[in-house]
Amino acid sequence: MQQLFNFFIKNKTFVLFLLLFSCGLSLTIRSNGYHRSKFINSSNQITGSVYGTFHSISQYFNLKKENEILLNENSRLKTLVFSRENLTPLDTLLEQKYDLFPSLIYKNSFALPNNYLTLNKGQNDSIKEDYGVITSKGIVGIIDATSSNYSRVLSILNTSSRINVKLKKTNYFGILSWDGKSPEIAQLKDVQDLVKLSIGDTIVTSGYSSTFPPNIPVGSILSYALNDTEDLYIIEVKLFNDMRNLEHVYIIKNTAINELRALNISDE
Amino acid sequence: MNNIVLNTVLRFIGLVFLQIIICSNINFLGYLNPYIYIIFIFLYPITNNRLLFIFLSFLLGLSVDMFLDSGGVHASASVAIAYVRPLFLKFSFGAAYEYQAVKFSNTTLSQRLIYFLFLIVIHHAILFSLVVFDKNETLLIVKQTLYSSVFTLIVCLLLTSLFSKKEL
Repeated sequence: MQQLFNFFIKNKTFVLFLLLFSCGLSLTIRSNGYHRSKFINSSNQITGSVYGTFHSISQYFNLKKENEILLNENSRLKTLVFSRENLTPLDTLLEQKYDLFPSLIYKNSFALPNNYLTLNKGQNDSIKEDYGVITSKGIVGIIDATSSNYSRVLSILNTSSRINVKLKKTNYFGILSWDGKSPEIAQLKDVQDLVKLSIGDTIVTSGYSSTFPPNIPVGSILSYALNDTEDLYIIEVKLFNDMRNLEHVYIIKNTAINELRALNISDE
Repeated sequence: MNNIVLNTVLRFIGLVFLQIIICSNINFLGYLNPYIYIIFIFLYPITNNRLLFIFLSFLLGLSVDMFLDSGGVHASASVAIAYVRPLFLKFSFGAAYEYQAVKFSNTTLSQRLIYFLFLIVIHHAILFSLVVFDKNETLLIVKQTLYSSVFTLIVCLLLTSLFSKKEL
């Protein structure tokens, strides 16, 4: 026993190094899975407020462009309203199932294989995990951690991101993932080889998951090829969103999510 | 003595902020960022209390990790170079280190260059192996390590000479 203690005292620097290094390693490995990095993430109070302070300075640099984007979206929505003014839902059941919360991006990254965004809305604004995040152009990601005032988004530019999407024309669905290379291009897998594809076809969300409503634009087909076993396509999708340049986003809350969950539980 | 402690604390906070607010948003050529926060580890006073030094390096890396949502990659890489630092101090500064008389303002540019270069390459190699975490992508790791090391080295040398007290 004495010798053991002596050994530790003699090599205490190395022991501390080993301890802290393995600590860092385990944090890294844990963070590679969806829903696991709860402790060290940028949605906590300290990091959130620091990013908030600096964001209030840096947002002035983009004001002109952001105004333009908002104006464009406004005019698009106005035309939608004008063209269907006298359409009222027949039944309360047909009324909207989704609430939208506008939010600002405090921190964005796109150069790593696993990217996350930090938003300025949290539990106090009734934001929870698994809510979807979109912009006026397309989808951004899914919320995976929240604190009282901030939340963290698992970006579609994350190698562990999986989103259910479909081809707008033919309604065939597949899973959108990212290979970690270009921030403009994501990969759509699991589309069967009997589906007719053409370059430029639009990809939209499928609505099969409770996170995103159906028919939110995602991207367009850039190129496609068959996989090794030649029964499924691997489609390169050019994203509509420029993920490198985001500022205003919307968080989608599915108001029927509890009902859907209850149904799923009763299935099992 | 108090002056040194204050200096160290200010440098710690300043470098973390500089890293997360500016240096991690450069994205030169789409993906290259300098990781300048490790200047803290380069310039930490040479003491016998290596335990505190290694622990501070871990905290430094962990706070950067927290802001950049990268798990524990910066913490691991920082701890590693903090542990091997004495080896490279001896290698680059030679006898001056033996007598614990190294003052960074008194060293020559080539000495500092070699010292920085070795630690930066080790740091970036560990960092990018953990960030990519895929043995099929070794080429990508090597590429990122090389390019980012050059970028970091240039920015580190500029920053340290900008804030050094001696006229160069």
